[in-house]
Amino acid sequence: MSTDFSFFPEAASTIAPRVDAVYLFILGITVFFTLLIAGLILSFGIHYRRGSKASRENPPTSIWLEITWSVIPLIIVIGMFFWGADVFVDMRTMPAGAMEIEIVGKQLMWKVQHPSGRAEINTLHVPTGQPVKLRMISEDVIHSYYIPAFRLKQDVLPGYYTDFWFEATKPGDYHLFCAEYCGTEHSLMRGTVTVMDPDEFARWSAQESRTLPVEAGKELFERFRCGSCHKGAGAGPGPALAGVYGSLVPLKGGGAVVANEQYLRDSILDPPKQVVAGFEPLMPSFKTLLSEAEVLQLIAYLKSLSVAE
Amino acid sequence: MSTPESVMKLSGTETHEPAVGRVAPHSAHAGDQPGRNYLNADYNLWSWLFTTDHKRVGILYLISITLFFFLGGAAAVLFRLELMTPRGDLVKAESYNKLFTMHGIIMVFFFLIPAVPAVLGNFLVPLMVGARDLAFPKLNLASWYIYIIGGVFTIVAVLTGGVDTGWTFYTPYSSTYGNTNVLAAAVGVFVVGFSSILTAVNIIATVHTMRAPGLSWFRLPLFIWAHYATSLVILLGTPVLAITVILVGVERAFRVGIFDPALGGDPILFQHLFWFYSHPAVYIMVLPAMGVVSEIISCFARRRVFGYKFIAFASLAIAVLGFLVWGHHMFVTGQSMYAGLVFSFLSMLVAIPSAIKVFNWTATLFKGSVLWNTAMLYALGFIGLFTMGGLTGLFLATIAVDVHVHDTYFIVAHFHYIMVGGSVMGYLGGIHYWWPKMTGRMYPEGWGRVAAILIFFGFNLTFFPQFVLGYLGMPRRVHDYVPEFQILNVMSSAGASILGIGYLLPLGYLIWSLRYGKPAGANPWDATGLEWQTDSPPPTHNFHEQPVVLTDAYLYEPWEPPAQGHLPQTPPQAHEPAVVGSEGQR
Ligand code: HEC
Ligand SMILES: [Cu+2]
Ligand SMILES: [Cu+2]
Repeated sequence: MSTDFSFFPEAASTIAPRVDAVYLFILGITVFFTLLIAGLILSFGIHYRRGSKASRENPPTSIWLEITWSVIPLIIVIGMFFWGADVFVDMRTMPAGAMEIEIVGKQLMWKVQHPSGRAEINTLHVPTGQPVKLRMISEDVIHSYYIPAFRLKQDVLPGYYTDFWFEATKPGDYHLFCAEYCGTEHSLMRGTVTVMDPDEFARWSAQESRTLPVEAGKELFERFRCGSCHKGAGAGPGPALAGVYGSLVPLKGGGAVVANEQYLRDSILDPPKQVVAGFEPLMPSFKTLLSEAEVLQLIAYLKSLSVAE
Repeated sequence: MSTPESVMKLSGTETHEPAVGRVAPHSAHAGDQPGRNYLNADYNLWSWLFTTDHKRVGILYLISITLFFFLGGAAAVLFRLELMTPRGDLVKAESYNKLFTMHGIIMVFFFLIPAVPAVLGNFLVPLMVGARDLAFPKLNLASWYIYIIGGVFTIVAVLTGGVDTGWTFYTPYSSTYGNTNVLAAAVGVFVVGFSSILTAVNIIATVHTMRAPGLSWFRLPLFIWAHYATSLVILLGTPVLAITVILVGVERAFRVGIFDPALGGDPILFQHLFWFYSHPAVYIMVLPAMGVVSEIISCFARRRVFGYKFIAFASLAIAVLGFLVWGHHMFVTGQSMYAGLVFSFLSMLVAIPSAIKVFNWTATLFKGSVLWNTAMLYALGFIGLFTMGGLTGLFLATIAVDVHVHDTYFIVAHFHYIMVGGSVMGYLGGIHYWWPKMTGRMYPEGWGRVAAILIFFGFNLTFFPQFVLGYLGMPRRVHDYVPEFQILNVMSSAGASILGIGYLLPLGYLIWSLRYGKPAGANPWDATGLEWQTDSPPPTHNFHEQPVVLTDAYLYEPWEPPAQGHLPQTPPQAHEPAVVGSEGQR
């Protein structure tokens, strides 16, 4: 049996101690009430056991008791709610300037694409002291990206991007698990998250030959001749793509959407889902031609167009 | 407080127009001869298979759910053995996944959901309300056949290769990716749902229309309130489950895009539908057990249940709130942050009616005259374990903590505390409490206590370490795990073996008692409920004369248990239903 056993998981992200604090608070409440109830049951049960001499005169029947034991728990759980909500809102509020890493889940595999161009599988390298945002999508079924030492987990869905962020605090190797049952070898869909000092991380990022996602995206854009339809304002059957990321796109049939990553992905893989106002639904679906990882590269390229032009 | 009024209006029927002096108006029935009861009224197999007697249907259910319980338990034994070591070595990954799926499907749909309502509810609801049978006896028999058909499909699914989706059938794995026998299992779950619907319809109709003269709503035993609330949940929830599994089947068989984004569906839609049923299903499993506990505690503390109305309304509150919290299973699916916060808040509120019940039960012991017998041990065990299960639910309702422990062993531990620590303890307590009524025999009290204590400690040893494992981060449904989780897993498996023995004991001594147990007599516990006013086992038509209810439930004298005789809700000599409906009947 392994000897490095402990009762409490390591805490290696900024949010982890805050989650632990809420946890310990609720644990305290739980222990208190469990002991209270168990103590009362035992002491009443023994003191008033059948045949004991204890006086049974004037048993209480007060409405105040009912009110007390409804209101006190109510106050406690509302307190719990607010504390938990406060931490959760911070978990879900993406900080500005986070490093964005993309992850594609697939039965038994986590494929990771760093903005530096480095890619890895079933491991994740991140620096300390830097907010990191993970954008994730699955190629098949639902998975869940779970790093216990960060106290964070996020389901990874087919067809929809999900994301979460963290800031690692302590260098070391931590477990990475898939938390959502995803098939026969689900339990082996695990790996390691390596937290490094920033310089070390920079060195790590620079090792190995690599292509930036933007470049890979540009290459795909040319290979699939997207430019033949998307030429620029007014030219060609498709809308101009420069600056589309983040803009408000009016849709055929009314309404408008903000062109975020999800919108761009759907435009490429499922064009009829949302057709741009003033255009014909001529764009073919690239669903069978592009992998999720490639779509992410194309999106990186489209986003770069927004900045450049 | 409009609920009691509206409920009571619905109840207006002639049945409980209390004709003055109506004590024995109806003629004697066949099978009412002395020595005749529902068990020996007829002996051949057909008389059982075509019975419409609610008591016999209850026994049919008892036998079938016991079989399923041990089948589901056998699966648990195998995977607990596998989990003794971190490597997946005892069984292959495929088999492991099929084992936990089978365990979940069988235990949830074929044991926990029907356990209390279909066995004890079937047997006792008519007796407790003073009726001859349920409102629709044939539907009741049909419900058992439907249960069996559902069970057959599930067993076929297992025998023809098994299912590996988990009892939660998450899409798109279940609908398009998994290549095991999902369809057969889905049909099984679909079919068995109708058996609980029929039971629920029957209970609701019976409680509304067939109460004995004088048995107004607030004189009903809390067992009946709990079953009434449960039946409402079953009626409203189960159809949603049925629709959901049909949709999974349709997507799987015809590749219509419903849940799989690759076909144009939405994977999260499934989870909304599934949990819309399956969260309330938790209450389907635990509310009836709470009803059992109220009966036992009151009887063996010899005190009227403390806060009767609070417990009754808490059941209804749990039933209603239970439908509003399904999103707490989906905090990490990417549902909107605000939806998550709302579900978190509502989930917190469910704690209140549960807390009210626990405090009221505990207060019932105060100044009581507590007898520590087998049924009471189960009931008190229920309170302790349910308290822990409920309190650990708060960790999960607290959204920031749930992000960490969701889909880990913490969840597994939590819901086993509710479903095994709660529902199964309640069920076993009920089986012991009413065993003398059902069979006319007493079980060996000493063995009963030994088993109850073994189960309590075995249970805690099995599931407590899983809370720790969960916070350490061990995901559920894993066949192979990292070595540092081993110690706690070994503890858990050791506990499971104690628990297993604990469950086998009652199987043994209860069967033994059928032949060798002391004859019980009508009312061995000196209990007040109507079911104790008739023979044990009861005659086919339940009562020799129509009982008339004159008082509230649970009027136990706390300090002087009578040396003999009973404290009936119906005094045997009373011919004048003087205080009928004092609580505002009509
Ligand atoms: C056959 C011509 C054609 C080709 C090839 C084509 N598109 Fe399109 N695309 C269109 C048309 C027409 C629209 C507008 C109608 C719609 O929204 O479907 C469009 C819309 C889009 C949009 C939404 C733009 C907005 O303003 O909201 C994006 C993003 C996009 N295409 C990306 C691509 C990419 C990336 C490729 C190459 C992989 C590609 N397209 C190839 C014709 C094409
Ligand atoms: Cu997985
Ligand atoms: Cu729930």
